[in-house]
Amino acid sequence: MIEVRVQEAPFDAGVELDRLQRLGVGGVASFIGVVRGDGGLTEMFLEHHPGMTRKAMQAMADEAAARWPLAGIILIHRHGRLVPGDPIVLVATASSHRAAALESCAALIDLLKTEAPFWKRESFADGRHHWVDAKAEDDLAAARWH
Amino acid sequence: MALDILYFAWVREGVGAPSEQVDPPAGVEDVAGLIAWLATLSAGHAAALAEPARLRAAIDQKFVSLDAKLAGAREVALFPPVTGG
Repeated sequence: MIEVRVQEAPFDAGVELDRLQRLGVGGVASFIGVVRGDGGLTEMFLEHHPGMTRKAMQAMADEAAARWPLAGIILIHRHGRLVPGDPIVLVATASSHRAAALESCAALIDLLKTEAPFWKRESFADGRHHWVDAKAEDDLAAARWH
Repeated sequence: MALDILYFAWVREGVGAPSEQVDPPAGVEDVAGLIAWLATLSAGHAAALAEPARLRAAIDQKFVSLDAKLAGAREVALFPPVTGG
């Protein structure tokens, strides 16, 4: 089971994890990315390349499925306007081997940061806003998996 | 050779439009050449595209390097390094 979704609407991580749990394969690993509220951040706007995003995420999921013995993968990434505390992204993997579940989950979130066409713009209480710069350490983290 | 150009994030804001259709002159053969030519179209284009080292690209929805050839391309997207996750 590989499921990839790009959506504006919120997701219910509990419901999604339950679906993987019901595969009954031994272990589920997950990562939920959440909009941070430090520094007076009031809104995060996520732009994406609509024709490309889902395909890029599907390719990552397919790579993970080829590399680790996984029974299930759920990738959900939101776009649009989000506020602190909102979930942005869910990566969840199920496997009969805990190392496979944990490693593939870590790989997928590293790859989502550097190889999925999303861009974040942060707005602050004092009226400032800026586009978030890519971080060199994110590239290094993703390179570990290639 | 009509090409659809898509812009994202601060590149889109600088250019002032999310997309446009262009017909680059002969001699524009790769993404870097396209960026240099697009930069001549307006002051907004010039500012947004002034530093190619800060830009990334996709041809027909696949990431490519700036030296990728345009031959056969229908859509070119120009954007800053991605920041998903």
